[in-house]
Amino acid sequence: MLLELLLLLISASILVSGVLAVWLDNLLPAMVSAGLASLFAAASYVLLAAPDVAMAEAAIGAGLSTLIFLYAIRKTRTGED
Amino acid sequence: MKRTFDLLALMLFGFIFATVIAGYVERDSLSALAQYYLEAVPRDLGAQNVVTGILITYRGFDTLGEVAVLFMVAASVGILLASGAGERPDEVGRDAAAGPSELVISGAEVILPMIFLFGAYVILNGHLSAGGGFQGGAVVASGVMLLLIARPSTLVNHGFLSVTESLAGVVYVTLGILGIVFAGGFLDSHIMPRGELGAFISAGAIPVISALLGIKVGAELSVVIDRFRS
Repeated sequence: MLLELLLLLISASILVSGVLAVWLDNLLPAMVSAGLASLFAAASYVLLAAPDVAMAEAAIGAGLSTLIFLYAIRKTRTGED
Repeated sequence: MKRTFDLLALMLFGFIFATVIAGYVERDSLSALAQYYLEAVPRDLGAQNVVTGILITYRGFDTLGEVAVLFMVAASVGILLASGAGERPDEVGRDAAAGPSELVISGAEVILPMIFLFGAYVILNGHLSAGGGFQGGAVVASGVMLLLIARPSTLVNHGFLSVTESLAGVVYVTLGILGIVFAGGFLDSHIMPRGELGAFISAGAIPVISALLGIKVGAELSVVIDRFRS
C-alpha cells in the first residue's frame, strides 16, 4: 500500500516535471526539469525492482543527456546572440 | 485542418493506451520464460545477477550490436563536431564569468574519486549485483563530465581513448570467437571456469566481457561529451 502510494507520487512527479519541461520558456530550467523527469523515472524503476535499468536511466537520462543539452543551449546562445 | 489531425492522432494514442491499460492484469506468478531464465542463469552461467547474465551471454550478440551503434554515434559526432578540435575549449568564446563556481570545483574534488570508484565497482560486480558494463561505463562517463564542468581547461586525450576503446572492442570480439572454438558459440561465457556462485571471480567470462564493455562505453561516451564541449 505504502509502496503504491509512493509510486503514484513519483509518477505524478514525472508528469509534473515533464509538463514543466515543455511549458517553461527559459531553456535552462526546462532542461533541468526534463532531467528531473528522468531522475524520477529512475526512482520508479528502483521501486519496481529493476535496479539495472534504474542505474542506466539515472546515469544516461538524468546525467549525460541533460548535460549535452545544456552544452548545446550554452553554445547556441554564445554563438547567435 | 492541422488541429483536427492533431486531435485525431491524440485520440488514436489515447485509444491504444486505453486498450493496453484495460488489458492489464497483474501477474501473481512468473511467466514461463522468466522462470526458465531465473533457474538457468545461476545454474548454467553461475551469474548471480540474472539480467547481466542474459545481456552478456544469451543476448551477447545484441549487446555487441548496441556497442557498435554507440561506436557509430561517437564516430559520427566526432565527424560532425570535429572542426573545433584543434582549439582549446576554454578559448572558444567563453568569458571568466561563465566558469564554474567554487561550489562545483570543491564538490568535484570530493565526489569525483567516488564516482570513478563506484563506476569501477558497478562494472566489476556486474555478475553479482545490479549493474554491469553499460551502466558502469555510463557512470564513469558522467564522472568525466563532472571533471570537464569543474575544470573546463582539462584536455581529453582522444588518441588514448580511441586506442583503448578499439583495443577493448577487438578483445571483446576475440573472446566471442574463442567462444565458437572452445565452447558452445559466439560470446559463450563457458570459455573460463564457472567458479562458485556469488564469488567475485566466477561466472566464466562474464566479468571480463563486462569490464571490456565498461571500458568501451565509458571511453565512447567521454569522447562524445568532449566533442560537444569543444
